[in-house]
Amino acid sequence: MIHYLTDPLSYAFVRHALVVCTVAGGLCGLLGVFVTLKGMSYIGHGLSHAIFGGAAICAAIGLNFFIGAGIWGLMTGLSVSRVTRRRLIASDAAIGVMTTASFALGIALLGLYSRVRQSIEATVFGSVLGVSMTDVVIIIGVTLATVIIVIAFYRQLLFTTFDPDVAAVSGVRTNRIDALLMLLLCAAILTSMQVLGVTLIAAALVIPPVVARMLTNSFSRMLWISSGIGAAAGAVGMYVSYHLDISSGATIVLVNFGVFAVVFALTGPRRHRRALGGTTAIPEPLHHSAPAPTPTPADATLP
Amino acid sequence: MTLRSVSCHYGGDIVLDDIDLVIGSGTFTGIVGPSGSGKTTLLKALLGTVAPASGMITRRPGLRIGYVPQVETIDWSFPVTVSDVVLMARPQRRFAPWPTRAERTEVAATLERLGIADLGRRHIRDLSGGQQQRVFIARAMLGSPDVLIMDEPTSGVDVRTRHEVVHLLADLNDDGLAMVLSTHDLNGIATHLPHIVCLNRDIKGSGSPREVLTPEVLERTYGAPMDVLEHAGMPIVVDRPRDRADIIELRRHA
Repeated sequence: MIHYLTDPLSYAFVRHALVVCTVAGGLCGLLGVFVTLKGMSYIGHGLSHAIFGGAAICAAIGLNFFIGAGIWGLMTGLSVSRVTRRRLIASDAAIGVMTTASFALGIALLGLYSRVRQSIEATVFGSVLGVSMTDVVIIIGVTLATVIIVIAFYRQLLFTTFDPDVAAVSGVRTNRIDALLMLLLCAAILTSMQVLGVTLIAAALVIPPVVARMLTNSFSRMLWISSGIGAAAGAVGMYVSYHLDISSGATIVLVNFGVFAVVFALTGPRRHRRALGGTTAIPEPLHHSAPAPTPTPADATLP
Repeated sequence: MTLRSVSCHYGGDIVLDDIDLVIGSGTFTGIVGPSGSGKTTLLKALLGTVAPASGMITRRPGLRIGYVPQVETIDWSFPVTVSDVVLMARPQRRFAPWPTRAERTEVAATLERLGIADLGRRHIRDLSGGQQQRVFIARAMLGSPDVLIMDEPTSGVDVRTRHEVVHLLADLNDDGLAMVLSTHDLNGIATHLPHIVCLNRDIKGSGSPREVLTPEVLERTYGAPMDVLEHAGMPIVVDRPRDRADIIELRRHA
C-alpha cells in the first residue's frame, strides 16, 4: 500500500508536482475564504479565464507568462472591482462581461497561432508534467507572501469583507484592501494554473471555504480549516492524477468535492435543526436600560 | 458639527438642497422623511463620505464619530463572533492580528457597558434583535466617539426590541454622547426624541416633536395628508382617514 505513496516520489517532477499541488491547494483555500465571503465566488472562475487570454497573448508574442498574464489578470480584476464598487452593474455581470471577453480573445489566438495550442491546452486542464523546481520556488514564495500579508492586514481584510461601507467610514482604505486582495488572487491563480487548470481553479477557490464554513463559525478558524482542506485535497489529488493518468485539476477538484459531500452529509442534520428554529439565542440580560414593556408617554420623551 | 447651506447632487439629481443644521454636544437629533428624501445622504455628509456640491460642513477639530449601519444590511451568516465584530473598529497596529490585553479589556468594558458582556464568544446570528443592535452600537462605541450616527436603528425590529434600543440610546445620550439617527418610525421613535428634523430634499421643519409634528409640516414632508392626535401628552401621527364615500367606492371595487 505504502508503495503507492512512495514509488511516484522517485521522479523529480512528481516530487515537484506534489509540493506545488499541496501548496496551491492551501493557497487557494486561504484566499477562497475572502472570495466566498465577499459573495464573489465567480471571480476565481472569471480571473482564471481572463488570465487565459493574457497567457495566450504572452505565448503568441513570446512574452514572459507570469508578467504578461499577471498584469492582464490584475487589470481585469481591478476593473471588475471598480465597476462593482461604483454599482454600475452587478459583480457577476461585470465578471461575466470582462473575463469572458478575455477568454474569447485567448480562444481566437489559439485558432490564429497553431504554435500556441500546446501550451494553452496544458493551461486549460492542468498538468503535473513538467513542473520544475522554479515553479516550486515561485509558488512557495507567493504563498509565504500571501500568508504574511493576510496576517499583517488581517483586521482590515476582515472588516472590508464583512462590512465594507462601515470599514470605509472607520478609516480603512477599502479600495486599497480590495486591490491588494485582487493582486494576491491573481498571483495565486497564475502560480496554481499549471496544476489546477483554467477551467477547474475556481472550484479550488470555492469548495474548501464552503466546507470550512460548514465546520466553524469563527473567521480565523475558517482560514486554517479551508487552507488545510485545500492543501490535503491538492496532495491526494496529485497522487490520484499520477496513478490514474488523468489531469491533476480534475482529480484535485473531485477530491475537494468528495470532502464537501461527506461534510455536508455529516453536518446536514445540525443545519436542518437550525433552519427549523433551533438557534441558540439566549435571553436578554437584565441591566440598567431594560425598557418597560409598553411605552408610557409621560416618561418616554428623552431629555 | 455644522452644516451651512449644504447641497448634495447625485449626477444631475439634487438630493439635498440648502441644508442648515447644527449637531451640538450631547444633543439627540432624529431625521425623518419619506423614502428617497435624502436622509441617508445627510448622514453620509455628516460622516464625510459624501462631499457637498455646495455649502460647508465644519467639524470640531478632533471630533470622533461612530457609525451604526442598518442591521438589515448585515450578513448574519458571516463567521464572526460578537467580540470579532467589536474589535474590527480597532486598527491593527502590529503584525500579529490577535488582540492585545488592553484591547481585550477595552472590548470587554464596552460590551459590559451595553449589557452584553457574556455574549462575546457568541456568533452574531445567535442573538436576539436587541442584542444584535447592541453589538453594532458597541463597535461604534469602541473608539469613544463624541457623536454616534445611526441609520434606521430600529428598522425591521419588533416592538420590544425597538423599546429596548430607544432606552439604550437614551442612556448613552444621558452619558453625554451626541446622537443623530434617521428613522421612518414617527410614533415609535421620532415622538420620543428631543429634536426632530423633517427632511424631503430640504428641511421642512426642525424642532421638538410638538413643534414639528403638525399636519402642515407632515404634509410638506410626506406629500400626503396626516393628522396628529394627542395621547397622554404625546403627539401621535396617523394617516388622515378617507371619507365615507371613498371607502364605499373602494369596497365596491373590491
